[in-house]
Amino acid sequence: MSENKTNGITRRTFLRYSASMAAIAGVSSILPGYALAGFGSEKRDVLTPQGPDNVIDLTIGKMPHMVDGKRGEAIGINGSVPAPLIRLKEGQDVLLRVTNELDEPTSIHWHGILLPFQMDGVPGVSFDGIKPGTTFEYRYPVRQSGTYWYHSHSGLQEQLGHYGPMIIDPASEDPVEYDREYPVVLSDWTFENPYNVLEKNVKMEGYYNYQRRDVGEFLNDVKKKGFGSTIKDYLSWGQMRMSATDLLDITGATYTFLMNGHGPESNWNPLFKKGEKVRLRFINASAGTTAFDVRIPGLDMTVVQADGQNVKPVSIEEFRIGIAETYDVIVEPKDEKPYTIFAESLDRSGYARGTIAPRKDMMAAVPELRPRPKRSHRDMGMMMDMDGMDMEGDSMMEMDHGDMDHGNMDHSDMNMSAMKETPVKHGPDKHGPGAAAIAQNQFNRMGEPGIGLGNDGRNVLVYNDLKSLEPNIDERPAEREVELHLTGNMERYMWSFDGKQFHEVKGPIEFEHNERLRLTLVNDTMMEHPIHLHGMWMEMENGNGIYNPRKHTLLLQPAQRISALVTPRDKGRWAFHCHILYHMERGMFRVVQVADEDGNIYGQDYA
Amino acid sequence: MTMINRTAIFILTMFAIIVFTQSSVLAQKAPPFSNDIMMDNHTYVFFMADRFEYNMNSGLNPLVLDAQGYIGKDLNKFWFKAEGEALTAETEGEMEFQGLYSRAVGPYFDAQAGIRYDVAYNADDSQSRGFAVIGLQGLAPYLFEVDGALFVSDAGDISASLEAEYDFPITQRLWGQPRLETSLAVQEVEKWGIGSGFNNVQLGFRLRYEIEREFAPYIGISWNRKLGQTADFTRLEGGEASVFGLIGGVRMWF
Repeated sequence: MSENKTNGITRRTFLRYSASMAAIAGVSSILPGYALAGFGSEKRDVLTPQGPDNVIDLTIGKMPHMVDGKRGEAIGINGSVPAPLIRLKEGQDVLLRVTNELDEPTSIHWHGILLPFQMDGVPGVSFDGIKPGTTFEYRYPVRQSGTYWYHSHSGLQEQLGHYGPMIIDPASEDPVEYDREYPVVLSDWTFENPYNVLEKNVKMEGYYNYQRRDVGEFLNDVKKKGFGSTIKDYLSWGQMRMSATDLLDITGATYTFLMNGHGPESNWNPLFKKGEKVRLRFINASAGTTAFDVRIPGLDMTVVQADGQNVKPVSIEEFRIGIAETYDVIVEPKDEKPYTIFAESLDRSGYARGTIAPRKDMMAAVPELRPRPKRSHRDMGMMMDMDGMDMEGDSMMEMDHGDMDHGNMDHSDMNMSAMKETPVKHGPDKHGPGAAAIAQNQFNRMGEPGIGLGNDGRNVLVYNDLKSLEPNIDERPAEREVELHLTGNMERYMWSFDGKQFHEVKGPIEFEHNERLRLTLVNDTMMEHPIHLHGMWMEMENGNGIYNPRKHTLLLQPAQRISALVTPRDKGRWAFHCHILYHMERGMFRVVQVADEDGNIYGQDYA
Repeated sequence: MTMINRTAIFILTMFAIIVFTQSSVLAQKAPPFSNDIMMDNHTYVFFMADRFEYNMNSGLNPLVLDAQGYIGKDLNKFWFKAEGEALTAETEGEMEFQGLYSRAVGPYFDAQAGIRYDVAYNADDSQSRGFAVIGLQGLAPYLFEVDGALFVSDAGDISASLEAEYDFPITQRLWGQPRLETSLAVQEVEKWGIGSGFNNVQLGFRLRYEIEREFAPYIGISWNRKLGQTADFTRLEGGEASVFGLIGGVRMWF
């Protein structure tokens, strides 16, 4: 616990100081400049509410965006990609005035924020969108604290840079102690037109996959496992018309992965002083399919917050962050040396990185990308791998770490326990032409770190590790259950729930106001999907009872079955979707409606 | 508190609530429910020249085109196919065109139905005929791209064809593609040089390099063997029943 002050100013005294200064002089920033050093270009700023009405003005427009020396055209906010950090305080009533200088409609959705639904910012669901040349006033009371973000919910704008971090300071004391903090916005950038990216995936399966199992790999596999079992393995994938390398739909073949807007070459470079507790607020603002695996070689991380909610601190070396999730970690660099913040894409086709260092322009070694993992039969919802961890087959342990000592793996306990659970069998519904493979067996998997992780001795965060710091308010058991299956067809690039794309559904999914609901999600696809519910928390049922973590986004592994308890407190109409932008647009989207007894959704409830 | 006070407070509170809800943006209503706000019901246009190649064989050196594409949505499409060859050494060629309604009947297969129109020409003459078509196209287990169809000609002749292709990556950009094509006729149609039974087997292997996914030049070999009566018709016309050729071409799509 390093309470020692560096250069005489701690965060808390600073906040007190700046708050009074703000009161006297209307100072705009309540964050010391250094805390955001290197966050972006000089234009980037911290926006805090101004004046008696707590106003923040945001302007959305086209702008050039430099990525590792190459110029692209982005959609930025106040001239910045990512958009500026918005810093609010719990208990404020804020007014965010958003002006659209694009020649198309736009919107801002406040991701993870509980607010009146008309302020939620989903065109066609909660409001009409912001037309070109107009200003929309988002007005809402801030009822929570933590790390969040905001982004466009219009078309594919999010892919072009329309996203930014949002931090809400707690009204009372922050249970997390830290001396310095940085938002770390991870994202993916393409110089291609995102509509073309989508179209290419529709027209050609695996367009961006340049990591297939080719002849060279086949020969390697033969050398390692013998001809017979290699053939058997390849044939079994062929028989299922699936690819073991369907990891991400869109890859480093077109993406440059960004950390706070910086490509890997231009190296985002935040600073620390030795012995400080540095809070890194990771936000995965990717639009494409990019889940990141984050580690800081040489530094342990303590996870203190997930999706804006404080969790019991967990010490880890690596974590996977799905799109739209946030994780706050504390690091305490003990040495005066630089450390690389390394965020590999799940498919290992690229990485985002930055360097946290005691001085500017220091650099640490950048790790090699690990070999890309391979899907297992378990990801297909098959039982084969459950039978005694067959090392011959394509089990989870056979993840292309041929040169690795299997004896050193520390995940066996975890996986074995996951294996002992009884999987749920899939019902008779095959979900139609829009669903390619159905996970015949659905696994809990919350003890599994996910594909390609946990095999190299690192201590990796799993969903079971997340335990809320505060107990959840609603202790009622579930009164009703809603089960939804995540379905898709990579061949046709159709994505859906229960085999139905959004345009096929008749109306919203009805949640009752203040009911206690169990939302069960089953991933019938063989890819990861981050599922996001607007307007209410999902208390993920990972066995911690009233300490189940509250999340706004759940990253589902293939063949995973997850349930969460939900209490819909705010009436209205809420979006519910896969946060992979292209999956959402291709149909993995629903509207949840919370109406009162009379079917009225326009009321408000702040209880 | 007196009754009057309570009433006053009540009225004022109600008034405040009314003013608040009326003046506030919170009074905005949601747009009517629409499920047309995503891009999941979009119409796409696809065109691919899968084979566009020059075939070096015993002097006839045909130019082959095999193109297809669609316009439509995920489950329902208008599908068009064109396949044909023109000899470069002589004035002779044959082309077929198909226009089909295509409907997804499973995750991997489309059922197709429509019409086919054939044209054949040589230095002296040209002829054409029409067909009704039903077929099944998609990805079979073991990742074979298959396209099978049944044809009924305007003269009532029944025939069928089957194409199967398999693509495998040799490297990430270099692909091998074995290909099989065969056709079968119930009746003999001498005018078109077709005998009854299996007409021909065409085997090919192509090696393509994807400079871009959309543009891939290739080289390969092809062996075309006419069978049975069809082979006899070919020999009668002075052709060879079995032709082996080296091919060079390009696969393109948009």
